[in-house]
Amino acid sequence: MTEQKYPIGQYPNLPPPKNSVGVVAWLRDSLFSNWFNTLLTILAIYIVIKTIPGLLDWAFFSADWVGTSRDDCSREGACWVFINVWFDQLMYGRFPEDQVWRIQASYIIAIAAAIPLFIPAVSRKIKTALALFLLVLFPIICFYLYYGGSFGLEVVETTLWGGLFLTLVIAVTGIVMSLPLGILLALGRRSNMPVVKSVCIVFIEFWRGIPLITVLFMASVMFPLFVPEELSPDKLIRALIGVTLFSSAYMAEVVRGGLQAIPKGQYEAAAALGLNYWKSMLLIILPQALKMVIPGIVNTFIGLFKDTTLVLIIGLFDLLGMAQLAATNPNWLGFSIEGYVFAALGFFVFCFTMSRYSQSLERRLNTGHRN
Amino acid sequence: MSENSQRELSEEVVIQLKQMHKWYGEFHVLKDINLEVKKGERIVVCGPSGSGKSTMIRCINRLEEHQQGQIIVNGIELTSDVKNIEEVRREVGMCFQHFNLFPHLTILENLTLAPMWVRKIPKAEAEATAMHYLERVKIPDQANKYPGQLSGGQQQRVAIARSLCMKPKIMLFDEPTSALDPEMIAEVLDVMVTLAEEGMTMICVTHEMGFARKVADRVIFMDAGQVIEENNPHDFFEKPENERTKLFLSQILGH
Ligand SMILES: Nc1ncnc2c1ncn2[C@@H]1O[C@H](COP(=O)(O)OP(=O)(O)O)[C@@H](O)[C@H]1O
Ligand SMILES: [Mg+2]
Repeated sequence: MTEQKYPIGQYPNLPPPKNSVGVVAWLRDSLFSNWFNTLLTILAIYIVIKTIPGLLDWAFFSADWVGTSRDDCSREGACWVFINVWFDQLMYGRFPEDQVWRIQASYIIAIAAAIPLFIPAVSRKIKTALALFLLVLFPIICFYLYYGGSFGLEVVETTLWGGLFLTLVIAVTGIVMSLPLGILLALGRRSNMPVVKSVCIVFIEFWRGIPLITVLFMASVMFPLFVPEELSPDKLIRALIGVTLFSSAYMAEVVRGGLQAIPKGQYEAAAALGLNYWKSMLLIILPQALKMVIPGIVNTFIGLFKDTTLVLIIGLFDLLGMAQLAATNPNWLGFSIEGYVFAALGFFVFCFTMSRYSQSLERRLNTGHRN
Repeated sequence: MSENSQRELSEEVVIQLKQMHKWYGEFHVLKDINLEVKKGERIVVCGPSGSGKSTMIRCINRLEEHQQGQIIVNGIELTSDVKNIEEVRREVGMCFQHFNLFPHLTILENLTLAPMWVRKIPKAEAEATAMHYLERVKIPDQANKYPGQLSGGQQQRVAIARSLCMKPKIMLFDEPTSALDPEMIAEVLDVMVTLAEEGMTMICVTHEMGFARKVADRVIFMDAGQVIEENNPHDFFEKPENERTKLFLSQILGH
């Protein structure tokens, strides 16, 4: 036994040893902790050195940024002139140029209403009001803004909608509609009522069992075969319904996973307090279950966002479709890489934002371990 | 001597189980249970694990469904009628072995949720009631914490307070102390003793025999789905009649 430095019971709180924190410790622990990790680190550095400069050169240093036609591009690097020229179409499709302000106005309203939701200091009442506005009133406003036909706005047929705008319309509608629908389906699948239960199971398994392409194809090609032209809704509406039902089936299974993870005691405590089925679901079970499956929900959202590109096959031109269309323009042949890179960046920004937001949401909603 | 055995009890019967049977599938878990509880009566239920104690008290607020016989609580018969079930549950509080607090809500929110959503009490009033009961269970300073930040004993006291906020006429306890570390048992039992002294009608499944001696009007011993013996605490502990009761008592008091 060594000599006691401090009287028994009075050992002070000491700072951690120097070499366990800081940059050097991090490098040592994460990159060079053993020979194998060291080897991988060196290999990774080698790959980075070999590829990054070429990429940077293509994307920035040798790239051409200004101009109006393909002749302004030297073709040594990327030709961002291509994006420049096609920018409006990539954003709004064939939406009439003098009406584009309607889309921009909706973006501004959405952003202005959404920003306070992320500011902690804003009171809960205002946040609830804004969230309700975004979920209920805003879609109606959007419909009148985009489609027009009243308030002196000229009609813009949905066949003219396109680009990132169309991607957002489909993705946001799908996301906003599929979550509540998915929750209802998940609850239905766990219901004690045999009829409700079977209907939900059949619905979920049907939509999960077929590819989205098939859904879209049926919506746009098969549907008109059975339903007379005058009665059949707009192609975009059909696609929206298809996408929503499709992803709600996935959502239902994600939510069901969360419901199953809630201990039986929570249901019992809620029941014992006199809460009826809907109150105990809304106040006790769903808040916990949804919180638990945020990663899965956002995963489905991201999947849906990217799946919107499939509407190309029914003749709707979303961001990717527009990029492809631009690259097949006779004057701009050979610029598909720039188009794809731009579309990829566009998708990445949205999907990555969703992913980061879900992580911060998870952290914020974490109220310590469950009992 | 347990002074409570001489207590004057009201004649009003608030819980009545008549020839009640329950099965889990093929398994006959409760057999011919007959029980009458008077207003203000304190009943302790004990018996070996798996004897059906939890199942029996869970039938009283219909967390479990019985298949034969009658259960009448506060004059309302429990059937599959959802209205009746909800009415009974409003008047019957329950505490569980594992507390079952709502982990996503603060302590205060745990306490105010049911009064606000079931009894439609305004928020301010519900919060005042909640604070009153938190003081009663001696943890008003924890009101804004989450259940996960509390010790087991504190959580169970919150759970009791949560039930009391609904102003129940009857309280059911299912082994409220058996998931607790020994040093926390006393703090929970103290709360239960106070509650008993104030005249709450209680049915407690517990193996805390000290508690049974102190507050019970009647002790009920169950084994294999049947009520084997039923007596006042003094006679129950001093002169058990059935062999199985004797064996059980020797096992839990033996060491
Ligand atoms: N949901 C259930 N399904 C089937 N059997 C059960 C269920 N719950 C309890 N049991 C069985 O019923 C019997 C009584 O259980 P329980 O009332 O929990 O006993 P106790 O509380 O006295 O320990 C046990 O044998 C148990 O295995
Ligand atoms: Mg039990």
